[in-house]
Amino acid sequence: MSEAKKVASRAPHSKMNYALQYPENEGGMNERVKRLHQQSIDTPATLTIERALIETAFYKEFYGKMPNCILRARNFYEICKKKTIYIGDDELIVGERGPVPKAVPTFPELTCHTVEDLHTLNDREMQPYLISDEDIATYEREVIPYWEGRTQRERIFNHVSKEWEEAYHAGVFTEFMEQRAGGHTAMDGKMYQRGLLDCKKMIEDNIAALDYINDPEATDKQQELEAMAISCDAAILFAERHAELAEKKAEELGARNEELGIDSEERKANEQRISELRKIADVCRWVPAHAPRDMQEAIQMYWFVHLGTVTELNGWDCMNPGHIDQHLYPFYKKGLEDGTLTRDKAKELISCFWIKFNNQPAPPKVGVTALESGTYNDFTNINIGGIDKYGNDATNEISYIILEVQEELHELQPGLSIHVSKVTPDDFVLAGARVIRQGHGYPSCFNPDTYTKELVRQGKTQEDANEGGTSGCIEVGAFGKEAYILTGYLNTPKILEITLNNGIDPMSGKKLGLETGDPRTFTSYEQLYDAWHKQMVYFVNMKLAVNNYIERMFSLYAPATFLSLFIDDCIARGRDYYSGGARYNTTYIQCTGLGTITDCFSTMKKHVFSPLTPEGGMPSGPFAGCKTVGERMDLILEALKYNWGESAPEGHPLQGMGGLKLRQFIMNRTPFFGNDDDYADAIAVKVYDDLVEAIEGHPNTRGGTTQLNMLSTTCHNYFGSVCGASCNGRLAHFAISDGTSPAHGADTQGPTSVIKSLGKLDQTKSGGTLLNVRFVPSLLKREEDLKKLVALIRAYFNMGGHHIQFNIVDTQTLLDAQQSPDEYKDLLVRVAGYSDYFNDMTEQLQNEIIARTENEDF
Amino acid sequence: MALIFDIKRFAINDGPGIRTTLFMKGCPLHCIWCHNPEGIPATPVKLYTKKKCIGCKSCVDVCPQKNLSLTADGIQDLGNCTSCGKCADECPTLAMQIAGKEYQLSELMDIVEKERQVMEESNGGVTICGGEPFMHTDYLCELLDELGARNIHRTVDTTLFTSAENAQKVAGKCDLFLVDLKHMNSDKHHEYTGVRNEQILSNIQLISEMKHPFWIRIPLISGINTDEENLKASADFLASLPTPPEVVNLLVYHDIGKGKHDRLGTTYNPEDIPMSPPSEGEQQHALEIFISRGLNTKIGG
Repeated sequence: MSEAKKVASRAPHSKMNYALQYPENEGGMNERVKRLHQQSIDTPATLTIERALIETAFYKEFYGKMPNCILRARNFYEICKKKTIYIGDDELIVGERGPVPKAVPTFPELTCHTVEDLHTLNDREMQPYLISDEDIATYEREVIPYWEGRTQRERIFNHVSKEWEEAYHAGVFTEFMEQRAGGHTAMDGKMYQRGLLDCKKMIEDNIAALDYINDPEATDKQQELEAMAISCDAAILFAERHAELAEKKAEELGARNEELGIDSEERKANEQRISELRKIADVCRWVPAHAPRDMQEAIQMYWFVHLGTVTELNGWDCMNPGHIDQHLYPFYKKGLEDGTLTRDKAKELISCFWIKFNNQPAPPKVGVTALESGTYNDFTNINIGGIDKYGNDATNEISYIILEVQEELHELQPGLSIHVSKVTPDDFVLAGARVIRQGHGYPSCFNPDTYTKELVRQGKTQEDANEGGTSGCIEVGAFGKEAYILTGYLNTPKILEITLNNGIDPMSGKKLGLETGDPRTFTSYEQLYDAWHKQMVYFVNMKLAVNNYIERMFSLYAPATFLSLFIDDCIARGRDYYSGGARYNTTYIQCTGLGTITDCFSTMKKHVFSPLTPEGGMPSGPFAGCKTVGERMDLILEALKYNWGESAPEGHPLQGMGGLKLRQFIMNRTPFFGNDDDYADAIAVKVYDDLVEAIEGHPNTRGGTTQLNMLSTTCHNYFGSVCGASCNGRLAHFAISDGTSPAHGADTQGPTSVIKSLGKLDQTKSGGTLLNVRFVPSLLKREEDLKKLVALIRAYFNMGGHHIQFNIVDTQTLLDAQQSPDEYKDLLVRVAGYSDYFNDMTEQLQNEIIARTENEDF
Repeated sequence: MALIFDIKRFAINDGPGIRTTLFMKGCPLHCIWCHNPEGIPATPVKLYTKKKCIGCKSCVDVCPQKNLSLTADGIQDLGNCTSCGKCADECPTLAMQIAGKEYQLSELMDIVEKERQVMEESNGGVTICGGEPFMHTDYLCELLDELGARNIHRTVDTTLFTSAENAQKVAGKCDLFLVDLKHMNSDKHHEYTGVRNEQILSNIQLISEMKHPFWIRIPLISGINTDEENLKASADFLASLPTPPEVVNLLVYHDIGKGKHDRLGTTYNPEDIPMSPPSEGEQQHALEIFISRGLNTKIGG
């Protein structure tokens, strides 16, 4: 045999030690966790009007009588003082956003739901939020009248131009901030080192150091810092109220035990619970006032911070503990060493913690916002594995425990992602792959080697970048140091539709865009592309202008004085999270439909503009009879107008077979994105680069800049529904492509070709890309299949991929689930950066999941 | 130059890692259960997938032989096809396809190289199968040399129905053989595949003596080769080899070839020889027979 063989030299880091297995789940969930889990699953989502009532009463009395930052902090204090406190049986980690699990407050200062909205939320089939008629009546009487004309939503819609409003209603873009506050707040590790009393001390020192003579902002800073101090008191009070309730419950059980015989089972159980409640009281008296000392305190610390931020406002993408395995590990290690903790106990605490996330459905959305992200999922996306601040492998035992917990609970929330760097051990990735195989949609996979480059490119230091991660769906951020705010999705195929109609939206007949010319007069592909480019820049600028206005409205009316305590450098700068207090301030526009628009351009280039050029050959198939560019363009435009013939009038050449043949020809005879074909991929790269150029670098109002992001959540469905047919053969109103995934059915060469196509984009230029790949479970049966999955992930990440996620389900399962939803209540599938219950999806979204290309060869 | 009738990227059942599999056309065997009957003739063949056909008659209109007609049952072939491929060029839905295309070596390498990163990350490579790659030994050697020069792991998936000289030559140019073992009884082998098995068995013996790495793949087909006698004979033979196979894959029969025959316009299993997938119990029993002889055996490939 020849010596010259064996291609594969593995990267030196890689142990390829697949024999290492993570410990098998010893016993799975314990009884406590089972009960809490079941309660979380069985409890329906409800709306609570408690927060709105407290807030409205407070605003009626105090609005206008104090600076807004103080007003907001005192409002937060008022809620912490008055809201109903809940401690459930069995709980070790305590605190709920509402009076009971799964109850969500409203935020009338942002958008005040109408009576009709509340009825819709209660009655709608998808993601209902239950609310009683009595509460609706109270809301109508006590809440709604006060907020009329005072909400952020009205401030926004009263301000925007007619052009903006028309483009918004046509679905050219969406607006995130009309129902929720700017979000993306993932935490770093500082709360585990300093309590709120330490924060207060820093605040006092900073106020004492203010220079009222030379610093013209000194008074503003003083007010903001005082507001932050009030917020500290609010959260400490909130925790104290939990301690009191825990003690009260312990006393009640103690009194009950007086009546019970010494050997009664109930008495023993009560004694156990009494000691747990006393521990809870101790914990709540210690955190968040002080830095935590053990694992339970560490988790409770985070949970109080979490609840504080989601009570103060309803920021998008909720709140996120970030690299929780790194943060908890020192407490775990110490607990094992001093004998106060076991692995099982740590796992129980983490399970209780996980269930807390699931108890918090997303704040209810209405209208377009419900369409763009219709889910109870509030997008807490916990990061495990990955790298530490020095770039070293950060995987630890907690990372593995979390995988076990995720696998056992498989609840909707929290989301989980494994972070796979070159330095990440294979056995961890393989352990993650085993959980992926379960088919509950988690974990997704991220590449720190790429996303730290994204962060550094945007101006972060390497160390801050290394401490960063991904939150929400796929969005990168410097955890604990950045306000990275998503503002809305941009519908790139819709812009092409408007371009092909010379500025007019064919859905409404209204002129929305620029007059870039009748495409029948175009003589080159570049002319068409340039026309789209002009329109795209026009709409991006339209959105940017309003983004800046909205940012100011949040700075002025909705400062987040509690959240600001945890984001560097808000305290140091004496500035709010919404006013440039964060060290880094990024504003994102999320572009959707890259696959669809690439395929549209490829179709136009290949079949309309290239034929009869030296490299283009003869027009073929249904285009054979079209001698000129204009004739071929006309054929496509007619097809789009008549939805590939489906709505063509009797006798029209595209009616019936004519339209069918043209559409099939295009779908099968055009290079499409996702097949590792440079013809299409070069177009995708150009579109992507031009989106970056149009969006990146505009100054925002917070001292940062705008950047591109490439996710779609479920917005590709909404965006598809507002678009007519598109040139790539897509029928009118069908979904456009999601994230940076290929258009549905466009990729026919398997997942390695897909990752190759995606690998051609310079992903470091965006704040995140999103790739969905679907596998049927049978493809991942054996250990060696999982190794191949790991290799696929690593190969993509070596090409610079940011993110990849796998939907592991077979078509039959999904069809069955559609037929008998009751039997598939636990069926989670990955949608677009998160997972959702299949039953909670629209039929349209369900069908899309079913239709997405399966990789039958695995 | 040999014809290639399919190139599969992300092949994960054709040897170690993630591979690109090249299917060479032409096979001296005619296994009745063949999964890729379009690979048997050495010349191009036309495949027609009725499910994809929209009945637009593009193929009917373009056929220079006037060989096609549209009927209620889809496109009918009148028997004068020259496999010129004009119908496939014109078909908008890819219902009409030609299996078998000439590739320059450089074209094949361009395709293979697309998967380099994936091959390297997964310890994969290229698998050449068929048809029967030994139908074109010179071309096969050329291909293997080129892959070797590129440091790409090479697997040849074969029946080893070839001369000892060829087997020896190719062994020197590839890293792994995947060898099919269909039946130990030569008469039966002849009955089901059209050729006797002596040459095959002696070539397996030969590469084993050369200590060349190889995997054995046995299709498990009830009615054909799952009887106790044949399973034991197969396992005994493999266990008796000087160097045993690294892996024995027992591949459970599936009548996937039926669909292919429909597309070719030919008949699957025309003599209606009873064949069926073995039950779970039969599979386990077969597995035990091989494992008990110390062979590293798995169900599935």
